[in-house]
Amino acid sequence: MSEQYEPVIVGFLCNWCSYRAADLAGTSRIKYAPNMRPIRVMCSGRVDPQFVLKALRNGADGVLIAGCHPGECHYVNGNIKALRRYTMLKKALDQWGIEEERVQLLWASASEGTKLAERVNTMTEELRALGPLRWHEKVLADNGAHRVPVKEA
Amino acid sequence: MVEEKEKNMQKEKVGVYICHCGSNIAGTVDVEEVREWAGNNPNVEVARDYEFMCSSTGQELIEKDIKEKGLTRVVVASCSPHMHEKTFRGATERGGLNPFLYEMANIREHDSWATNDKEAATQKAKSLVNGAIERVVHHEPLEKIPVEINPNTLVVGGGIAGITAALELANSGNHVYLVEREGTIGGHMAQIDKTFPTLDCSACILTPKMVDVGQHDNITLLTYSEVEKVDGYIGNFEISVRKKARCVEEELCTSCGICEEKCPAQVVDEGYGAGLGYRKAIYRAFPQAVPGYPVLDKENCIYFQTGKCRACEKFCPTEAINFEQEDEMLKFNVGNIIIATGYDLFDARQIPQYGYGRLENVFTSLEFERMVNASGPTGGHVVLRDGETEPERVAIVHCVGSRDKNYNEYCSKVCCMYSLKFAHLVHEHLPETEVYDFYIDMRTPGKGYEEFYNRLLKEDTHFIRGRVAEITDADHQPGEEGKLIVQAENTLLGKQQRVPVDMVILSAGIEARADSEKVANLFKMGCDYDGFFNERHPKLAPVATMTDGVFIAGACQGPKDIPETVAQGGAAASQVASLIGQGTVMMEPVRASIREEDCSGCRICNNLCPYNAIEFDAEKEVSEVITALCQGCGTCVAACPSGAIDGAHFTNTQVMSELQGLLWDVQPAPEKVNV
Repeated sequence: MSEQYEPVIVGFLCNWCSYRAADLAGTSRIKYAPNMRPIRVMCSGRVDPQFVLKALRNGADGVLIAGCHPGECHYVNGNIKALRRYTMLKKALDQWGIEEERVQLLWASASEGTKLAERVNTMTEELRALGPLRWHEKVLADNGAHRVPVKEA
Repeated sequence: MVEEKEKNMQKEKVGVYICHCGSNIAGTVDVEEVREWAGNNPNVEVARDYEFMCSSTGQELIEKDIKEKGLTRVVVASCSPHMHEKTFRGATERGGLNPFLYEMANIREHDSWATNDKEAATQKAKSLVNGAIERVVHHEPLEKIPVEINPNTLVVGGGIAGITAALELANSGNHVYLVEREGTIGGHMAQIDKTFPTLDCSACILTPKMVDVGQHDNITLLTYSEVEKVDGYIGNFEISVRKKARCVEEELCTSCGICEEKCPAQVVDEGYGAGLGYRKAIYRAFPQAVPGYPVLDKENCIYFQTGKCRACEKFCPTEAINFEQEDEMLKFNVGNIIIATGYDLFDARQIPQYGYGRLENVFTSLEFERMVNASGPTGGHVVLRDGETEPERVAIVHCVGSRDKNYNEYCSKVCCMYSLKFAHLVHEHLPETEVYDFYIDMRTPGKGYEEFYNRLLKEDTHFIRGRVAEITDADHQPGEEGKLIVQAENTLLGKQQRVPVDMVILSAGIEARADSEKVANLFKMGCDYDGFFNERHPKLAPVATMTDGVFIAGACQGPKDIPETVAQGGAAASQVASLIGQGTVMMEPVRASIREEDCSGCRICNNLCPYNAIEFDAEKEVSEVITALCQGCGTCVAACPSGAIDGAHFTNTQVMSELQGLLWDVQPAPEKVNV
C-alpha cells in the first residue's frame, strides 16, 4: 500500500442480492478497492441504525448498506424499510455534521457485481477526499451536548 | 503449521482454519500470517492453515480438533458461505458440535479475488477472520426447521430443455406447470430444419415430444403466458402467471385452421418464421403447434385496428373467437422451479459492414434454416430474396457477433457445426453451387462432429481461414458486377481475398435473452456479464442456482447444442425429483422470537412484518411471532424500540460483535472513548 490515507468502509450486504453481487464481483475477478469490509445480513431491512452508528463510532470512516432493488426484495419489502430508516438516519447524521458521503445506500442485484464494485471504488475515493471521520472529536465533543445514546452490544 | 498455546482467560475454545484454496487465496493473502495472527486471539484454541479445507482431509482436521482439543466453536476462512457453508457445518456437526456453532469468513470472493494488493488483502482477511471469531463466540446452538416439499414443479420455457424436464418429471408421477411465452411450445428447435451431425429432421424428433407434453395428464400447459410474480422459498413457492388473451376460447376451438385461412391480414412472420415469409393476424406458428389453437395478434388484426372485419369470427364453425377475452391471472403453488428460457440470436444488424438488412441477399442463419426447410416459405428451395433465382455461389460467414470483443467475446459453440451443416445442405439442394466457408478456427468437439467436418472437406466446400472484413455490393473488379463481394484476409495464404457470391449466410451467435436480467431478478438468480444465468458451481452443480429450489437448463445458462440442452433438462428434472422424493428439506432456523418480559406491547412490529407473522396477544399485552410464518428477514428485530426481539443467528450481539471484530485495527484509542 502507498502512503495515502485508506478509509475503512463497513458494508452491510443483504444475503440474497448484494452479498451475491459481491460474490459475483469476486468470481468475475473484478478488482476493486479493498477498503470495504462486508457483513452479511439476511435483509437490508435488518440493518438497525444502531449498527451504522456503532460502525462509525468504532472507527469506520463510512458505511455502505446494500440490498435488492425495490420491488425485488426477497422478503417482499424489507429494502423499502431500509430506505425509510436510512432517510431518517441521514437527517440525524447531518445534524451531527457527518458528511453526506459517509453513509450510502445501494441497490445491487445478484447479477450486479460490477455495480457493487464500482460503488465501493467511488465511495472509497469520496472518503479519501474527506479524510478520517474522527467521530470522537466531531460528535462526542467534550461538552457532552452531542452524546449519542448507543446501546452496547 | 499450527499455533497452539495455553490460555486461562478464554471463554470459548475456537478453532480457526485458513484455507489456501490452492493459490486462489494463498496467491494474494498471506495465509500463514493470518493464521499466526488469529492464533493470538484469546478465544482461539487452535489456528491452522491448510491447502484445501473443503477436501475430506481438511474437514477431518476440524472433526479431529473438536474431539481432541475440545473446541466449542469453529471458524473457516475460505470462500463464500453460498459455496461451502453447508460443507463446514457438516464437518462441525460430525465433530460433535451443533452445526450453527460455526462461522465462515469469505476471504476468497470478497477478498483475494477482488484485489491484487497483497498487503491490503492480508489486512482485510485478518479483519474478516477476526469478525468471524468475535461473532462465533456469541453463536447459539440451533435446530433446522423441516419444510415439506410441494411435489408440483414450475417449468419456465417450452423449448427442448423445458419439454425434456417437464416430461421427465411428469413421467415420474409428479405434476408440472409448463409456462411458455409464445403461443406454442417447441422453441428454437422447432425452427431448425436438420440437426447436426446426423442430419435428423428436427421437427420429426421434436414434435412427438411436443404432443406428449400436450396430452400428458401430469402437465398443465400454459402457453402465451408469462410468470409475473414468485413468492416463497424452496418447497413452497407461490407463482402468479399472466395468461394473455389469445381471443380464442380453448374449450371450443377444434384447431381446424379456418380462421387462419380466412384472415385477410398478411404479417411478416418475425417470430417462428425468422422474418422470412408471412403469417396471418390469427395464426398458429406452424401446423404441428402444441396446443393447436391459434393466437390472435391484436396489433396486426384489422378488427382491433380499424373496428371492421371479424372474418375469423364469421367463419369459425364452433364460435370459438372471442374478441372480448381478457388476460387471466392464475395462481398456483409449486415446490421447485426449472428455468429453461433459451437464447436470442445475435442481431446481425449490429455489424453494419456485413450489410444485413441493407444488402438483400445477406441472410441470417435462422432465415436460412427456415428457407431450407421443406415446410418453410420457399418450400425448401434455396433461392435469393426474389424467391426464384438460385444462387451460383454461396458464402457462409462464421463467428458473427461471437469471439469479437466489439460484440460478444465468448464462442457461441454451435455456429461452426451448423455452418458445416448449411454447407452440406446447399450442396444437397444445389449440387452445382459453390460454397465458400469463412472461419476463424474450426471448432468441432463432440461425438461425430469432427467426422462431419471431414465429410464436408470431401464435399468440395471452399474453406477460407479468416475473419470477414466486409460484405459489399460495390464492385471494382471484373466478375464482381451484380454480386456480393466478401472480403477477408486468407490467413493461410497471407493475402487479402475478394470472393464474389450471390448469397451470404451470417452464422450469428447465441446471446442471452434480452430480458434475462429481469427474469434473473424475478427468480432470485444471478446473471453473468453476458446475461446468462449463473449456475451454483461451474463443474459440480451446473443446473442448480444459488437459490434453493430454482434450477436452470439449456441455453439460458450459456451457449449449447441440442444434446447438451436435453442432458441439462433431464439433470434439472432429476434434481427436482430427488427433492420431491425426500419429501422435506431442512430450512435455516433463522427466525425471530419475542422475549415476553421485554415486550412493551407497542405493536410497531405487527404491521412491519411482510408475512403477518406477528400477532398481538391482547390478554398478555405482548406481541408473539408465529414461527411457521416467519421467514427470518429480521426487519422487526431492527425496529423493536425495546430490543425485545431476537433474530436467531443474526442477533444484535452477534452482528455488533462481528462489527467490532472487523474494525480491530481502526478502533479509536481507549482513552479517547468517552461513551
